[in-house]
Amino acid sequence: MSRKVHVEKTVTINKSAAELYQFWRDFENLPYFMKHLKSVHVINNRQSHWIEDAPFGTSVEWDAEIINEQENQLIAWASMAGSEIKHSGSVQFQPATGERGTAVKVKLEYESPAGIIGEAIAKLFGEEPEQQIGDDLHRFKQLMETGEIATTEGQSSGR
Amino acid sequence: MKAVCWHGANDVRVDTVPDPKILNPRDAILKITSTAICGSDLHLYNGYIPTMQSGDILGHEFMGEVVELGREVKNLQIGDRVVVPFTISCGGCFFCQRDLWSLCDNTNPNAWMAEKLYGHSPSGLFGYSHMLGGYAGGQAEYVRVPFADVGPMKIPAELSDEQVLFLTDIFPTGYMAAENCDIQPGDTVAVWGCGPVGQFCIKSAYMLGAERVIAIDRIPERLQMAKEQCHAEIINYEEVDAGEALKEMTGGRGPDACIDAVGMEAHGMGLDAFYDQAKQAVRLETDRPTALRQVLLACRKGGHVSIPGVYGGFLDKVPMGAAMNKGLTLKMGQTHVHRYLKPLLEHVQRGDIDPSFVITHRLPLEEAPKGYEIFKHKKDSCIKIVLKP
Repeated sequence: MSRKVHVEKTVTINKSAAELYQFWRDFENLPYFMKHLKSVHVINNRQSHWIEDAPFGTSVEWDAEIINEQENQLIAWASMAGSEIKHSGSVQFQPATGERGTAVKVKLEYESPAGIIGEAIAKLFGEEPEQQIGDDLHRFKQLMETGEIATTEGQSSGR
Repeated sequence: MKAVCWHGANDVRVDTVPDPKILNPRDAILKITSTAICGSDLHLYNGYIPTMQSGDILGHEFMGEVVELGREVKNLQIGDRVVVPFTISCGGCFFCQRDLWSLCDNTNPNAWMAEKLYGHSPSGLFGYSHMLGGYAGGQAEYVRVPFADVGPMKIPAELSDEQVLFLTDIFPTGYMAAENCDIQPGDTVAVWGCGPVGQFCIKSAYMLGAERVIAIDRIPERLQMAKEQCHAEIINYEEVDAGEALKEMTGGRGPDACIDAVGMEAHGMGLDAFYDQAKQAVRLETDRPTALRQVLLACRKGGHVSIPGVYGGFLDKVPMGAAMNKGLTLKMGQTHVHRYLKPLLEHVQRGDIDPSFVITHRLPLEEAPKGYEIFKHKKDSCIKIVLKP
């Protein structure tokens, strides 16, 4: 049974569309805030190789290609033919009213075949893919607005 | 290091835990010199704030000396003596830039938890549940301070710890509560709750021009402090009906502004108070809004209601009809501490106020469990405890 995950999320970031676009356009930056993304290697101006962490110590890899882009407004990409999973995504940057930053809208779709990779992808997104993408976007916002990602990982406790 | 850890309702312990480390470029590590137990820590102690985990380090009122700095903190130096706001703020988001520091968008790593309950997430707080960030608190020998280039304020050497410690929370909280009353010349302000925040509400209301302040509580020594230290008129609600007394004292009109400095664990006299105790005990209600109900009924038509008392969840039988039909203005929120640090420090420096008047107990950090217990039960005339690591 193939599995399909489709998520849409929007967050407003207190930076210009141009700054946000430039950061995102370099796909090698994405793993900084996309938690499950292990690495993205940019092959050329349109193509890149993505490696996503998956449960059970495995990973899923695919090649992606930019299929549409409008400078400072939109980037859309999709996995290339023959990939193990079908993935596509887009990000739109729209200036908010009254110079209140930029609304960033992300759409992601994963379609995976039956079998172990399908299972892995399903596990990866768990019950709440919306929340995971929401968290990724929160981290993108934190990174852009503050230069770092708020964390408590590694702090002291009495546990 | 030694740290005060939460292990469940009515169970705090002084544990030995690893020293904090710099985790992000804008972090600092402080060696704590003074730290206090807040009334809102009792909501944690009593088990009414969700998303606490056993082992969490408590404490959000603390100050100390900078011992380590992340590479992006340029405005502080090792050895600086600072107070730290209990709200953690980034300084760069929509809300920080509008002086709404406790609503910072970027400091709660667990924003999704708060979003589920509140729709949106407020800022992260020190030592106040995972829903509000899960940050280790400052009832400890050392603490990690995130966004240390924004929050901490340096303190001149001539001021003692006790004079400035409460700039971290309760003084600004009382002050903002009074500011939210929009006090006009001639105004009478009523304050429910004479705990430390209530005391600062009274002092602040006078500082902002109130003509009369009336304080309501049931604990004799707290009423006495309100009267003698803060010059409030007082009502003991166990002796008289507070609503009637307020009407009588204000010529039937009611106070121009009312402050609920009690929050979610109110006590009361009527059937409604009993009802709330029972419902909260079996978790049918998260908060006991006994004080808030009285506030809404007592406030004069067109008056201001200010709520510094902490509410966490859902309230039963709040007389919204009174609030609406009397045209009340309601203002509330976690304190925007950063906004008040400098102006209130100046008040302390000028000698307008010495915030140390609320302190009744000074204990070594090791005695924190005893401190929580006497503070909770208001034993030994306890009003405010300062812990010394």
